[in-house]
Amino acid sequence: MQLGDGQTTYGLQIQPRMGFFTDTSVCIGCKACEVACKEWNLVPEDGLVWSGNSYDNTGELSANTWRHVAFIEQQLDDGMRWLMSSDVCKHCTHAGCLDVCPTGAITRTEFGTVVIQDDVCNGCGYCVTACPFGVISKREIDGDGGMHKCTLCYDRIEDGLEPACAKACPTKSIQFGPLHELLERAHGRLEDLHEAGVDDACLYGANEDDGVGGMGSVFLLLDEPEVYGLPPDPVDPTRNLGTIWGAAGAAAALLAVGVAFAFVGGGDD
Amino acid sequence: MGSNMAENHPVGFQWVMEAKLRGAKTMHVDPRFTRTSALCDSYVPIRAGSDIAFLGGIVNYIFEHERWFDEYVRHYTNAPVIIDERFEDTEDLDGLFSGFDPEKRVYDTSSWHYAGLPEQETAGERSKGQTKGEQSGHGAQAGHMSSGEPPEEDGTLQHPRCVFQILKRHFSRYTPKMVAEICGCTEEQFLEVAEAMCENSGRERTGAVVYSVGWTQHTVGVQYIRTAAIIQLLLGNIGRPGGGIMALRGHASIQGSTDMATLYNILPGYLPMPHGKEVSSLQEYLEGHGATTGRWAKFPTYSISQLKAFYGAAATKENDYCFDLLPKISGDHATYQSALDMLDGKVKGFFLFGENPGVGSANAKLQRLALASLDWLVVRDFFEIESASFWHDAAELETGELKTDEIGTEVFLLPAASHVEKDGSFTNTQRLLQWHWKAIEPPQDCRSDLSFTYHLGRRIREKLKDSTDPIDRGILALDWEYATSGEHDEPSADQVLREINGVGPDGKALSKYQELRDDGSTSCGCWIYCGAFKGEENQAARKKPRTEQGPVPSEWGWSWPSNERILYNRASADPDGKPWSERKKYVWWDEEKKEWTGLDCPDFTPDKAPDYKPPDGAEGDDAIRGDHPFVLQADGRGWLYAAAGLMDGPMPTHYEPHESPFDNLLYGQRANPTAQLLAHKKNRFNPAKDEAYPYVVTSYRLTEHHTAGAMSRNLEYLSELQPEFFIEVSPELAAERKLEHGGWATVITARTAIEARVMVTERLKPLEIQGRKLKQVGVPYHWGTRGLTTGDAGNDLYSIALDPNVHIQEVKAATCDVRAGRRPRGPALLELVASYPGYEEAASDAAR
Repeated sequence: MQLGDGQTTYGLQIQPRMGFFTDTSVCIGCKACEVACKEWNLVPEDGLVWSGNSYDNTGELSANTWRHVAFIEQQLDDGMRWLMSSDVCKHCTHAGCLDVCPTGAITRTEFGTVVIQDDVCNGCGYCVTACPFGVISKREIDGDGGMHKCTLCYDRIEDGLEPACAKACPTKSIQFGPLHELLERAHGRLEDLHEAGVDDACLYGANEDDGVGGMGSVFLLLDEPEVYGLPPDPVDPTRNLGTIWGAAGAAAALLAVGVAFAFVGGGDD
Repeated sequence: MGSNMAENHPVGFQWVMEAKLRGAKTMHVDPRFTRTSALCDSYVPIRAGSDIAFLGGIVNYIFEHERWFDEYVRHYTNAPVIIDERFEDTEDLDGLFSGFDPEKRVYDTSSWHYAGLPEQETAGERSKGQTKGEQSGHGAQAGHMSSGEPPEEDGTLQHPRCVFQILKRHFSRYTPKMVAEICGCTEEQFLEVAEAMCENSGRERTGAVVYSVGWTQHTVGVQYIRTAAIIQLLLGNIGRPGGGIMALRGHASIQGSTDMATLYNILPGYLPMPHGKEVSSLQEYLEGHGATTGRWAKFPTYSISQLKAFYGAAATKENDYCFDLLPKISGDHATYQSALDMLDGKVKGFFLFGENPGVGSANAKLQRLALASLDWLVVRDFFEIESASFWHDAAELETGELKTDEIGTEVFLLPAASHVEKDGSFTNTQRLLQWHWKAIEPPQDCRSDLSFTYHLGRRIREKLKDSTDPIDRGILALDWEYATSGEHDEPSADQVLREINGVGPDGKALSKYQELRDDGSTSCGCWIYCGAFKGEENQAARKKPRTEQGPVPSEWGWSWPSNERILYNRASADPDGKPWSERKKYVWWDEEKKEWTGLDCPDFTPDKAPDYKPPDGAEGDDAIRGDHPFVLQADGRGWLYAAAGLMDGPMPTHYEPHESPFDNLLYGQRANPTAQLLAHKKNRFNPAKDEAYPYVVTSYRLTEHHTAGAMSRNLEYLSELQPEFFIEVSPELAAERKLEHGGWATVITARTAIEARVMVTERLKPLEIQGRKLKQVGVPYHWGTRGLTTGDAGNDLYSIALDPNVHIQEVKAATCDVRAGRRPRGPALLELVASYPGYEEAASDAAR
């Protein structure tokens, strides 16, 4: 699948690939996305624990947090900077979680998004290790035991609505739409910022040659991805499965030949 | 300035971001580096409580560098007006204005007025109400000017006593160096802001100022905003697109509740509440508060129509439209004085709607003690808030100051319906009424405030119906008929808005306030809302998207007055009535049609030509010249100098906060001499400059919580986002007091001590002020004893020191001490606080 393409999925009509563009340069850290997401998707409260880590008491994405606003306080030469950025599932072009799911609970929708069907998921947890971003985890409460993550509000977009987080975002930091349009917008915004002298601004997830084939959630960042807790070079762990199997097959063949020779040799005795 | 808009008004902040995307320069001046600072182009840190020095510096910069918008200032402001020769400035009196009575600590304001006005009329009836703790509300402020013209003017602006020269002298010592020394910013930072303001002025450009409670919550709060008004008038930024002063209100529909008289001293539409001792008849009331010229000249039509809305058919010309039945004020009945009156047993019962003073008000501890002194208390809220639960869980039970079995207050806790469970309107910052419809039925016993108030009145009237006691007439004479519907007889909110809008002699809804009459033939609950039900249509319910309208979305909701989106918009055209520029075109004079036209509804008499001069003896609107846009003022001009209407001076002056570690560098007079300091043993003040209180403490809100917390601390999705009470301090303060990030600290004032978790952050920078490093403490005040996340109430720290004009508490700047670790429990807490210095204001002073 190319960035921006839809694909066939379980016989449903192919739709343009939909995604998010999160422009962190206009994020005001209001966390309306976190709340709207939880309201719509009935995601449970995730602990009343004060972190002391700036204004981030959410910490990370998990089964119980599908949007997470990071707060990074920086002391620069020309004063203070406070970065805010709303993180979410990347809905990868090559989604490791989907590839490794043994039950078929994780599927790709007609919008090119990746969802977990909670009535099929058996909670095995393979997807947890397969996600290079740490998006998925197991919901341990109320006897759930299943894996959960952002669905890109599948139950809203199939009715023509935008996802709850994008709807609630007051400054259009979170934008939803056909991915190819969002990519165009993201590149335009990046150009504007570079022209305005914001040299460190960069796009994240907009490169289809990256380790996950590009992302359905594209970000405009004002600093290195690591600063926001994002892996700088994410790789779908199943990417090399083909070559691994090839190598393993070759090794097995070699072994078989050796064994055969051994038997042949043995016949001489 | 004085606003953390991104955090507290995130939805409105989208337009700041939009403006920024279109090239606007955004600057944030604030004691703390907040989420707003993070998003603005530049940030200037200043000491909490020093804003007038900063703004005064900009005024001085405008004068020094001759940057005022000359044509605007000459024609549209009172710059040329000559002031009474008895007037003396703070320049002459070391920080006081003329007329100060040190005994009563109030001003006789008569020397502040325009020169040449007759003595008895200069201050008018209004000054009678100006005793400490009282203010006679709003209404006309200019006295009576013949034909709308001040008696003495100097068009050259050179006369030493003209407003222009007085203002220039008054602010001359607010130099960049002085600003830096008082505020703690650098001169360069100040100059960048001053220059940016000046650059956005003139025919082609405008600049806007945004403030919130960071400006109002001071003993000089009103004067903070006055200083901004002076800047914006000098730069020609009022009445023009992209200009203005945006007063962001504390929460939804605070503007609406103020319009509809939530304050004790005003009636709906900012009509003054009559004072029982001073006003004995309707005629006296109307004469005392009216004006001859400007739109307040029609005050009798606003007032009599309001009495007709209150009393209906019972109000007749013969009985003065039931004026004698209208409640009268007899002193200071504002919220803080009322709390003291509860403690003293003078107030026995109390209704509390949508407010949580036991957490949210200054000296919240005193508030809880006050509530516990009542005989009865009715609380209507979504949850059992601290102001209802004090009898079983107040912190004072632990210290022994309260004992449950000794509290006699009978608390009636009634469940309220939320805004999605009822019809109604919100009026927001830009005076825009927006209707909302009931989405779902309120659950169980929850009812709307409207339902409660209507049925309470109905039942009381039912009980009194046979009474002949004159005291009951005020209730029995009320027009109290409203259509109800549904299982719970919910009154029609639509009908209430129609009543507020008013009806004419034909029984049809009025379309504008100019249709109101003083002969009892019209009724109108609130004159500025007249037109909200124009054409028998709920105008507030219009929801035409802006994408389907022109640049001014006039068909989205309705804004008072007359659906004008920008007030005084005559000023968007030059004196000849032409747009100042193509770029800033908004409202202009159509020479062919001989009328005002434009993108917005013109805030001006439609056919009054720009060159109109009032004839001798002209009154009302006719007395306002064709080039004077400020139609509510008796002289039609923007007041650079407020000749009347304020308790603490005709021009703003920097005073230190009542509790401050510093002297006033500008004058011998340290703090606002007229500040209202309530005297009570539970309201001790920190002595100024006392070494026991080396830090400045400022209170504020977080995006994640809502005001006193009832609507957020009870919701898990919000509580988890800020799950614990914390204070914010700089690394330097942390080092000085050995505070650990994530550990506990105790903050102490003369009122009490509270504990909180410690957030050490570079966002709070120590400031270099008068040769020392000042460190500030930030206190988000949302917490209390109840809800999913609990903590001490930050506002327990503050004293009741109030602005003399509007009785607003100074919680944005006070002094405190900080210690590492948790606070003592039980009576030991009281001992700790008692070990700190403090004093009570003399009771006699408050009584004055």
